[in-house]
Amino acid sequence: MVGTAPAGPTRRRLAGPALFVAVGLLLVAVAPAVLSPFRLDLLGKYLCYAIVAVGIGLAWGRGGMLTLGQGVFFGLGGYAMGMHLKLREAGPGGLPDFMVWSGVESLPALWRPFANPVFALAMVVLLPVTVAVLLGLLVFRQRVRGAYFAVLSQALAAAFVILLVGQQGLTGGTNGLTNFQMFYGLDLYQPGDKRILYLVVVGVLGAMFLLAWQLSRSRFGQLLVAVRDGEDRVRFLGYEPAVVKTIAFAVSAGMAGIAGALFVPMVGLLSPANLGIVASLELLVGVAIGGRFSLAGAVGGALLVNYAKTIFSEESADNWIYLQGAMFVVVMLWAPRGLAGLAADLRTAVRHRRRRPPRSVPAPLPSGTAAVVANRAEEPA
Amino acid sequence: MTELLRVRGLNVVFSGFRAITELDFTVSGGELRFLIGPNGAGKTTLIDVITGLTRPASGSVRFAGTELLGRREHQIVRLGIGRTFQTSVVFEQLTVLENLDLAATFRRPLGTLLRRRRGIADQVAEALETTGLAELADRPAGVLSHGQRQWLEIGMLLAQRPSLLLLDEPVAGMSRDERARTGELLRQVAKEHTVIVVEHDMDFLRRFASTVTVLHEGRLLCEGTVAQVQADPRVQEVYLGRTRKESAELVKEAS
Ligand SMILES: Nc1ncnc2c1ncn2[C@@H]1O[C@H](COP(=O)(O)OP(=O)(O)OP(=O)(O)O)[C@@H](O)[C@H]1O
Ligand SMILES: [Mg+2]
Repeated sequence: MVGTAPAGPTRRRLAGPALFVAVGLLLVAVAPAVLSPFRLDLLGKYLCYAIVAVGIGLAWGRGGMLTLGQGVFFGLGGYAMGMHLKLREAGPGGLPDFMVWSGVESLPALWRPFANPVFALAMVVLLPVTVAVLLGLLVFRQRVRGAYFAVLSQALAAAFVILLVGQQGLTGGTNGLTNFQMFYGLDLYQPGDKRILYLVVVGVLGAMFLLAWQLSRSRFGQLLVAVRDGEDRVRFLGYEPAVVKTIAFAVSAGMAGIAGALFVPMVGLLSPANLGIVASLELLVGVAIGGRFSLAGAVGGALLVNYAKTIFSEESADNWIYLQGAMFVVVMLWAPRGLAGLAADLRTAVRHRRRRPPRSVPAPLPSGTAAVVANRAEEPA
Repeated sequence: MTELLRVRGLNVVFSGFRAITELDFTVSGGELRFLIGPNGAGKTTLIDVITGLTRPASGSVRFAGTELLGRREHQIVRLGIGRTFQTSVVFEQLTVLENLDLAATFRRPLGTLLRRRRGIADQVAEALETTGLAELADRPAGVLSHGQRQWLEIGMLLAQRPSLLLLDEPVAGMSRDERARTGELLRQVAKEHTVIVVEHDMDFLRRFASTVTVLHEGRLLCEGTVAQVQADPRVQEVYLGRTRKESAELVKEAS
């Protein structure tokens, strides 16, 4: 697939960047011009999910970590941002509205530093990354993987929701954080300002995509694929797979955190329902359908599934859950590489008619001795 | 020759079963050592202990003076010990070149990991040449034949620039032709590295004039040249009790 395909003719090598630019133009120039403010907001929300999808594509597609708890990181980033925004527009006494309603009298110590905009921005990334690093080192070093890791990450999402709901006075409980007016100088009730926010989301998605793309093309990306396909073998390449996995997991967590932070002003609320088990699963389903091995597939899948969700939920929310579940099962059983995989198969099928690569069995040659001798001089003690 | 690997008083127990008992085993720098023994003799287990995959009950494994026991697999690799596996494992999704390149990266600074590979590093080019896989450099490793995979694994080992190579049955399952080529490759590699080869195949072994260590039921049975080992009545007995074909070969050879 992408990244692992042998370097082909220039035309094929430029196809990726061309698609990137085309989609970028569509999102930056066309969408704001043709969509109503309401639809543009929806698109902005999908794009936030797409940012999470990029991270999942990296962690799951490249690294083989089936993370069912991405909502936790989304939530950590989202709450960090939400707390800051609430403090910015707090009423008399410096208390956010929900605290006043639940009878809290003075601002909890946990909230205080979030009044600082720089601190809040830093926490948007640092909180999820720290949790992911701690969890990753703990879990991956114990060689917990596969379904065990999936269940564990899901349990984390469940625990996080329980924590949020239980701390009503601190977190807004089930309702979460709502009623945001301003976002770093942007008035969220002004369509013009909202459009700027939308463009910020597009820009962040583009940046995250490029970051993930660069990572997966780098040696680190190959190492990650190697860990996915043969973790035990990687140890004998001189790497600790737990560290490789933790890095990828932390990057994906950071992306989810940033997405959550943008989701808050974009959608105007964040509650435990946005980051629990079901929400976390939904983040994953889009990636699975789009194609987890391809970053573009992950993004496309996230957009597609969330768009479909809006369409279907307008009629019946229940049907949507079943339809989504069915699509997930169908893809995992019959097209594990998702829509991107089907597209790639189609392309190779077309190309296959043109040429067939040779397959020969060369013998190992007794050559290169001098070079090997030279190596030995540099060997470590 | 200086002592490179020194195993003393090694005991490995798998839930009550003694896989290795009080084993002493020494390999000098520059040696090509063969490790033979019937199925279940503990050959793979010994390699697993040296490379950190299996924790022994007691004993000591020193490599160039450094105690290996208690270290993790990747740390041992970084000390300069590389191994292959009885069933070869290469990364099928990556190309031959990428496989080799990855094996060579751990000696580089961490920053290079975040960049794309540009060009081919010296040790990777050498490994490609030595293993004769240069033509297949850009093919995914998944398309390789069984023999080619084994060569790729040996190539990956070479790219790591280890000082000690442990090869677990490198010719198992190979055709005659592939065996001959592997023999040539091994001869080549052994010139410049210390190598320990686990092998069943007596034919293969006879082509190398080197020291042979025979293990049996987790104990050292005997050690010597190929001729000495084949002449040893205990070795004949052990092989007689096991596979008919090999013991017949041994007897024939000794007489
Ligand atoms: N993880 C394990 N748990 C339990 N028993 C084991 C384990 N690994 C190996 N053994 C047992 O230890 C003994 C030695 O195994 P080992 O794989 O070292 O033999 P070997 O000499 O490599 O044999 P072969 O020629 O078949 O590869 C065997 O009886 C084997 O069943
Ligand atoms: Mg074995």
